[in-house]
Amino acid sequence: MPILGADMTAGTLIAWRKQPGERLARGDIIAEVETDKGLIDVEVFVGGVLERIVVPPGATVPTGTVLAVIREDTPAAPPPAVMPAPPAGPVSGGRVRVSPLARKLADRLGIDPTTLRGTGTGGAVTREDVERAAAPPPAPPAPGRARMDVARMRQSIAAAMARSKREIPHYYLAHTVDLHRTLTWLADENARRPVTERLLYGVALIKAVALALREVPELNGLWRGDRLEPAGGVHVGVAISLRGGGLVSPALHDADRQPLGDLMRAFRDLVQRARSGGLRSSELADPTITVTSLGEQGVETVFPIVYPPQVAIVGFGRIVERPWVVDGAIVARRLVTATLSADHRASDGHRGGLFLAAVERLLQAPERLG
Amino acid sequence: MTDDLRATILKTLGEIAPEADLAALEPAVAFREQLDLDSMDLLNFVVALHDTLGVEIPEADYPKLATLDACVEYLAARRGR
Repeated sequence: MPILGADMTAGTLIAWRKQPGERLARGDIIAEVETDKGLIDVEVFVGGVLERIVVPPGATVPTGTVLAVIREDTPAAPPPAVMPAPPAGPVSGGRVRVSPLARKLADRLGIDPTTLRGTGTGGAVTREDVERAAAPPPAPPAPGRARMDVARMRQSIAAAMARSKREIPHYYLAHTVDLHRTLTWLADENARRPVTERLLYGVALIKAVALALREVPELNGLWRGDRLEPAGGVHVGVAISLRGGGLVSPALHDADRQPLGDLMRAFRDLVQRARSGGLRSSELADPTITVTSLGEQGVETVFPIVYPPQVAIVGFGRIVERPWVVDGAIVARRLVTATLSADHRASDGHRGGLFLAAVERLLQAPERLG
Repeated sequence: MTDDLRATILKTLGEIAPEADLAALEPAVAFREQLDLDSMDLLNFVVALHDTLGVEIPEADYPKLATLDACVEYLAARRGR
């Protein structure tokens, strides 16, 4: 059972999309699971043959549980590959490292810490791992349930945000960005594009953020144990509000490398699937930073909270038309406030300021966003 | 014709915002004041109207689609061309 969020502890296997004996290619959807993020399509990360199903439909199991066994294609791999591979330390095999605080808490709660999955450095079991193990797993969904359990999602958001405020020393920066060039360029561009290919201005913001992260990579990564793990790619989580309440922040993979048109198509598809069900496991597990925009709700400045284990989140408010000085003259300009909330353990305000300046600079040359 | 258009618009809105009570929609009040729609929803609305009715809708005309009444009037004029 993959870990699809910082505080996900369990999931329910809803249906198998593949059967034993079937061939699997990397990226194939193998199963559907119900989580606090809704109904998720689980992908495989290796090619091979589905050898055996371990968890039957309807079962609720903790994260890290083996769902099925895949026989990998690679010839030099005698033991079968087990899917999926959650991003955390091993449960067994070799000595299990347990932090002193975790051991003390585990003793008090009557939990054997050596049976837990460690998420600390080198797979060490941390206090949070023990706390998660002590928490009761979410109740299985009732038959005939809606695809989204809002109360359960609320619990998940509560756990993640409480952890963020408890553990992450945030710093906050704001920067006013002149959007005149971006919006003028987008209007011209959209006048040329068929309706199905038009760009929303939000996608230009996402691309600018993704490119700016190349200049300040310490904002793009995950905090594990006591250090920053820089991310291998720029996978921008986009906060999407759901009808009926709650939100998810699935990833737009490699957002810095996608042309704007492709990024827009991916964004549209992601929003549609987030709201109707059908997000993929990698989209929930992979974000390396989050972008949130509340401008359409009339908010002028967003002060977001970092979603752990990420180390930064970027917020955008609404576009306002204000007097602005350009070349010594006062002109009316459309402006947006970009904010950065970041983990001070991973970066400093100086670097955060450079990041926001890079976002602004990139938005002054929108034709170069791709 | 306008009744057909009205029905098409409401059906399209229902697909985009399935939770909305479209029977209570005020035809002269902006959609965004009555329904929880964002810019992605509005883009999908325009794309769906384009696909269903075969009408080209330039981005500059989006403000003309703000209410149900305005939508019907605009689309009727575009189809009559």
